[in-house]
Amino acid sequence: MSKFTLKVNGRTHTLDIDPSTPLLYILRNDLGLQGPRFGCGLGQCGSCTVLIKGLAVRSCVTPVSAVRGAEITTLEGLARDGRLHPVQQAWIDEQVPQCGFCQNGQIMTAKALLDKHPNPTDQEIREGMAGALCRCMTYYRVQAAIKRAAKMMAAARRASGSEVIA
Amino acid sequence: MTEFTRVPKQVEDAMEKWNGTTSRRDFLKGSGLMVVSFSAAAMVNPNLINATASAAVAEVNPPAGPYKDPDFRQLDSWIVIRQDNTAAFYVGKTDCGQGTGTAFRQIMADELDMAFDKTDLIMGNTETTVDQGGSGGSDAIRVDGWPMRRVAAEARRVLLEMASKQFGAPVDQFSVSEGVITVKGDPSIKVTYGELIGGKRFNVTLTGKDIDATTGVANLKPVQEHKIIGKSLPRYDIPPKVDGSLKWAVDAKVPGMVHARNVRPPWAGAKLISIDESSVRGIPGFIKVVSKGNYVAVVCEREEDAIKASRQLKVNWEKPATPSFPKSEDLYDYMRNASPTSVTQPTPPVVGNPDDALASAAKVIEAEYEFPFQGHVSFGPAHAMADPSNGQMTIYSNDMKAYRLRRGVADFLGMPQDRVRVIWMEGSQAYGRTAADDAGFEAAFLAKEVGRPVRVQWMRHEETAWDTKGPAFTFKLRGGLDTQGNLIALVYNARTADYNHVDYNDPNTVLIGQLVGRRPSAPAKGGAGPPADMYVIPNLRRTTEVVRLPLVWETPIRAGNLRDPNGPQIAFASESFIDELAAAAKADPVEFRLRLLTGSTDDDKVFTRARSIAVVKAAAAAYGWDNRPSPKALGTGNILTGRGIAYCYRQTTIVVEIAEVEVNRTTGHVWVKRLVCAHDCGLVINPDGLLNTIEGNLLHGLSRGLHEEVQFDTDKITSVDWISYPTLTHADTPAKIDIVLVNGDPNPNRPDLPPYGAGEAACRITPAAVANAIYDATGVRIRRVPFRDKRVLAALKAAKV
Repeated sequence: MSKFTLKVNGRTHTLDIDPSTPLLYILRNDLGLQGPRFGCGLGQCGSCTVLIKGLAVRSCVTPVSAVRGAEITTLEGLARDGRLHPVQQAWIDEQVPQCGFCQNGQIMTAKALLDKHPNPTDQEIREGMAGALCRCMTYYRVQAAIKRAAKMMAAARRASGSEVIA
Repeated sequence: MTEFTRVPKQVEDAMEKWNGTTSRRDFLKGSGLMVVSFSAAAMVNPNLINATASAAVAEVNPPAGPYKDPDFRQLDSWIVIRQDNTAAFYVGKTDCGQGTGTAFRQIMADELDMAFDKTDLIMGNTETTVDQGGSGGSDAIRVDGWPMRRVAAEARRVLLEMASKQFGAPVDQFSVSEGVITVKGDPSIKVTYGELIGGKRFNVTLTGKDIDATTGVANLKPVQEHKIIGKSLPRYDIPPKVDGSLKWAVDAKVPGMVHARNVRPPWAGAKLISIDESSVRGIPGFIKVVSKGNYVAVVCEREEDAIKASRQLKVNWEKPATPSFPKSEDLYDYMRNASPTSVTQPTPPVVGNPDDALASAAKVIEAEYEFPFQGHVSFGPAHAMADPSNGQMTIYSNDMKAYRLRRGVADFLGMPQDRVRVIWMEGSQAYGRTAADDAGFEAAFLAKEVGRPVRVQWMRHEETAWDTKGPAFTFKLRGGLDTQGNLIALVYNARTADYNHVDYNDPNTVLIGQLVGRRPSAPAKGGAGPPADMYVIPNLRRTTEVVRLPLVWETPIRAGNLRDPNGPQIAFASESFIDELAAAAKADPVEFRLRLLTGSTDDDKVFTRARSIAVVKAAAAAYGWDNRPSPKALGTGNILTGRGIAYCYRQTTIVVEIAEVEVNRTTGHVWVKRLVCAHDCGLVINPDGLLNTIEGNLLHGLSRGLHEEVQFDTDKITSVDWISYPTLTHADTPAKIDIVLVNGDPNPNRPDLPPYGAGEAACRITPAAVANAIYDATGVRIRRVPFRDKRVLAALKAAKV
């Protein structure tokens, strides 16, 4: 056991835990977060995805020791000042989810993709999202929502004259 | 029967958070009354609100039961109207992701004449919602929507009678809008539903021989008068699924809860010899190894430690002396050579004289098709949490048939049924008999053994290997054409490895039941079925056969219902073969099908046949179909393109799909660039919700056609994760999907237009449409699913394409 400080969604937590523990179980069982979910434990499906330094990270295969001190954002942390992130809003506008179980992985992966490619091509979306699996097969709407979110984020950038959107 | 009681403050707060909506608290404040059983559920729910349970929560004790069945013949079991003029609907269904919850609210709000956003819905809680069986059979709207409509109409009727008494005027002098009854001609005289009955019971007894037939005496609105049905209202469950606030079954937590993981036999049919518990005793928080028969699980305080213990536990197993099944690459030969355990001939078994007709045919075509075992492969591996407090058993589960889970667990544990309840919560998709059944039994068994609330979740390799499978099929078809290219005879033989098809929540066939040694008196016979088409074929014989694999019990190759249980298999063969016949007749595939649908007949299928024709034509028009035979002239480039059509009905729903493919000559890769689907499921409750359901259905069928195949050696499943059991990804999603919702009813404006169901129909024919498109593009017929690159490339090379 060792002491760790984790910064999750802007809050700092100190835990005394086995350093090899995958981040997922700490987020879910110690911090009470439920955006990231167990899907495979192998880093193959994306349902446990969180954002660390702008990257979509699979928390099920990330030992807590590897993210000591890093800023971690989960699905619950995407909204700002009570307003949903444009990606989340686009997901509602396009009525994307079916069962919704995988959508944490879809949304968090899309957020990282859009931060890297603000105006992604179809090919960039297909390749960038290929590791985020969905068994209800909502891919078609996910791809539409990513394009919608890109437009919303571009409009917000123009309005604010900066790149500060989430 | 439901009773009423006041809701404690902390439960109100908890329910507000629990539901992730702001309306809940207002509802409760407005009513001051609530169904006791609902509050009882909520008294447990507060513990789930936060992983670090608050002091207020800890003071709440789980109720002692017993958990009586709500009486479906009481209007109060279905609808509660509160003083603030809002309503809660209680239905015995579960929403597996197709937005049926929103649709149910639309149906009931419309018949009741209340605004949609003034209503709320509670589903699948065995203690508070009537038993409509949960989900299955694409029956949510088709079957279960009817009693919902009727009870809501009855509530409206009773409320109008109350207004009539209050104002001393006949019922026909009133009009109703959004829960407000006004006197026609004098809108100043009005009363709300809440004022009439808020916080009080209807005390109205309903009739009906069973729950599906539940009815009052009110008439339903004609379709033309619907205001909410038919609108694309946004799904209420989507915002909390997108912002992370929804509590799922995987999030179910109560104080004192511990975590379990299963340890499965390494080989199918293996026998447990011994367990060395000392191999895991050193793991922090280790509580217990639970074993009975060949079932083994470890229980620890923390989840990651339970996972570690399940990997570290030393178990000595004895491998069976003989192979449990053929290798997957030998499966079809095995099936063809096996002696059937049963042979069935669908009704009618024989039409005309197929043998003579074939003998006289100008051209006879024969083909064999193969379809593998495919898994549910739930995205969220099976899970459940069970709380044994107070000598009861409360199971938190996403199992789509919560009521049968309750009955099955009561039987399995030897508990009276009224001491067991299931609280359904949202979960990963449930397209049939998933392993959620198995996990529910395991959680309850472990909770009883450990004496504490236990949460169990399967690991990925367990889910992919041990969930139930859609059964494998082989087919033999022969067809005869006359000199004009008319289909004059068809002989169909389907053979399926469906022996011992497992039922839902059956304590004798659920996996833990099997592993502890329970057996039904006989294995289920299983079965196949005839093609689901309306073609008029003058000479016809259809035979279906079931074969068994060597290992029947405790096997990971468990045949069970997977979305449209044998539809995709049968339609792949039958609709591929119709395409082969069209090609042999040098006929356009659409024209050939229309000819078969317009043949002269004296049967009673005129209604479905007329709608089939309308849907075929709608699909062809939406695609921009050009009339020509397949295959088209072979292209010269590396990418070959083509289009294929397939048609079916399921129950009364008609579906036609057209796939446009690109086939890569060098790699064998097939990309379905465009999918067109024309779909007639009668009355549509929520068009956008229906489109989402059809899109998912189409792509689920595409995934099964392109990628999915359970693989095994002679003693275990070897496809155990997303690499070894690949499915469709973003990378192979079609660039364009066009769906046309058709109302092909010969009397399209009938006021009683019924809904026919949409949860499964559209996945049925995607593999066939794609196979037909591959043929159109390449001239090569792929007769085995899935169409993975390697198989397609080998076929192209063999045909020198």
